[in-house]
Amino acid sequence: MPKANFSRHGMPSQDAAERIKNFGEVALGYSEEMAVEEANRCLQCKNKPCVDGCPVNVRIPEFIKAMREGDFPEAARIMKSTNMLPAICGRVCPQETQCEEKCVYFKRGASVAIGRLERWIADWELDRGVELPQLSELSGKKVAVVGSGPSSLTAAGELARMGHQVTIFEALHRPGGVLTYGIPPFRLPRTVSGAEIANLQKLGVDIVYNFVVGKTATVDEMLADGYDAVFLGTGAGLPQFVGVPGENLAGVYSANEFLTRVNLMKAYAFPEYDTPVKVGDRVAVVGAGNVAMDSARCALRLGAKEVSIVYRRSRTEMPARAEEAEHAEEEGVRFLLLTAPTKMIGNDKGAVCAMECQQMQLGEPDASGRRRPLPMPGSEFTLEADTVVVAIGTSPNPLVPRSTPGLEVSRHGTVVVDPATGATTKKGVWAGGDLVTGAATVISAMGAGRRAAASIDKYLKGEE
Amino acid sequence: MYKILATETLTVNSKLFRVEAPYVARKARPGQFVVVVVDEQGERIPLTVADIDAGAGVITIIVQQVGKTTCQMATLEAGDSLAVVAGPMGLPSHLGNYGTVACLGGGFGMAAMFPIARALKQAGNKIIGIIGARNLDLLIWEDRLRGISDEFYVTTDDGSKGRKGFVTQVLQEKLEAKEKIDLVFGVGPVPMMRAMTRTTLPYGVKTIVSLNPVMIDATGLCGVCRVTVAGETKFACVDGPEFDAHQVDWDQLVARQALFVPEEKLALARFQERIAAQAGAKA
Repeated sequence: MPKANFSRHGMPSQDAAERIKNFGEVALGYSEEMAVEEANRCLQCKNKPCVDGCPVNVRIPEFIKAMREGDFPEAARIMKSTNMLPAICGRVCPQETQCEEKCVYFKRGASVAIGRLERWIADWELDRGVELPQLSELSGKKVAVVGSGPSSLTAAGELARMGHQVTIFEALHRPGGVLTYGIPPFRLPRTVSGAEIANLQKLGVDIVYNFVVGKTATVDEMLADGYDAVFLGTGAGLPQFVGVPGENLAGVYSANEFLTRVNLMKAYAFPEYDTPVKVGDRVAVVGAGNVAMDSARCALRLGAKEVSIVYRRSRTEMPARAEEAEHAEEEGVRFLLLTAPTKMIGNDKGAVCAMECQQMQLGEPDASGRRRPLPMPGSEFTLEADTVVVAIGTSPNPLVPRSTPGLEVSRHGTVVVDPATGATTKKGVWAGGDLVTGAATVISAMGAGRRAAASIDKYLKGEE
Repeated sequence: MYKILATETLTVNSKLFRVEAPYVARKARPGQFVVVVVDEQGERIPLTVADIDAGAGVITIIVQQVGKTTCQMATLEAGDSLAVVAGPMGLPSHLGNYGTVACLGGGFGMAAMFPIARALKQAGNKIIGIIGARNLDLLIWEDRLRGISDEFYVTTDDGSKGRKGFVTQVLQEKLEAKEKIDLVFGVGPVPMMRAMTRTTLPYGVKTIVSLNPVMIDATGLCGVCRVTVAGETKFACVDGPEFDAHQVDWDQLVARQALFVPEEKLALARFQERIAAQAGAKA
């Protein structure tokens, strides 16, 4: 049994002053030496609490054990037995509320850096060429996977591994869903997500782009066209707005629009790339989740001089990962907490020039369990802004649900499924990810994709 | 990649493309559009499906050369390809039997008006076709529109063809003369559609316009195309592109369209320099 070691290895990263001038990755990753040292801190608990904290149950102590024994290929194999996208997860999972929260070191603020180890071993393997898993015998069954975000990619990979013929139908011209249009390259380099997606394609997963299910073809047409099962993983892509006057002024973006321009369309490279984006000097980002942090940090990198997060609750209630908020703060993002917009103000050209805000105070807990923000009368003030980005959440895109009779949808627009299997109310159709849960994490979407794949496999084999 | 099978130069600043897009051709209905990307560095732009050959798996799209992307598209010929043709996007036109429908096509909007007018004709409506452009060289598909119209008028700003003036003047006269018009449908530049709105409003004639705001994904993801209609925010890509003209907040639409004009000019100027340099190198 190793001795307790509370000194968690820090993550080498680009200096804040430097990184706000580029879109390169902020966190640079452990060296091999650091990775092995960190792996050595793991106490190899018999009851493996960390595994229970992981939505896809990565065999954490086992891969860490292989790592410290220097058997990196085996570590990669163990990890990928339950997670086919480890280089992505190692970067974007909120480990501090999942596996690392269950680590016995957690209370001492020194959980084993499981996410960083996952990333290290995944990158190690990507650099060397990935070992493809053994595929089951071909079943001759065809599965259509709708969307190519985390839940779809996971379901597709698992189903391909089980021997089914999988085709992903993606509405956009690039794969990855939110990994591509939403998460900026400084958190998830496109070479990394691209490599993991390419590995799925090596398993035989086919991707059809520019195919908008619900428009180009309906789910019923796909079922009639010879697909034996359909998995819906179309995410929560519909942006929500605050509902204050002036929100449709020019220069007010949904975070989806802002991030799509920057990340999917590469507007940061305008005019080399055709899609423009501009931020001006002052940017206000409404909301304080990861998407808000991503928007604020993109705005800085696009040359904004003053970027403010405007959030109606306090720091404690902020939904962003602590790490993302810290990174944003290091880079110079201002946090206007307990502040809510009441109006967007336009100039004579109909473009936003300021936002009227109001100070808030926290009252009793609301339905979300967080203390309800209440406006303080007479506290209005004006925040000048050349650009406003609204990042207060998204709901499921209704294109597929509306065009699919027999699919039960909740009043929030989410698709109703059996949580154990992901089966919808429509025969032959499964769903998972943000389409089912509303906006959540990459890893929970992957967990749903994995459960659905297992259930689809049983269905296709006639076992259920 | 989506192969261009044929092209046709329609006017000095517009060009037609017949593009292989079997999935879109199978599903597209009048009033719908596609998202097109020219190449790897390209932006996503919405273009109306101007005609459909479902059997051949081919759609017709028409571009007017206004910005970098459309000018670049105009350099393409049969045998070239487009990186993306996605759709059909948007809701199809409501094709009821309304009685008499005045179909107004302004400039390049004539091409987008054609499939809708044809479908309205097939649905049993009497069609009053009114098309207009700056001058006679900019008229598109005049014969096709004339062919499906029961009454037909051409206007040009300079009087080089048909009547000198605007399409809305013809409409105004008909409304003043209390001619029976049950619905007005219009596609064209925003100033024209806005003028139509002003023309029909005092007469209470229902007026539908097909809007063409900036779009990116065109699936409801980004919301850049939002327009205020009857006080409510709508996404033109999924809730439109057709709306009740009398309910549209036109000032807002104009302001939102103007946001990236400086960038669009820059991109176009760079492209034109590149083309000029290429031409210089060849010469």
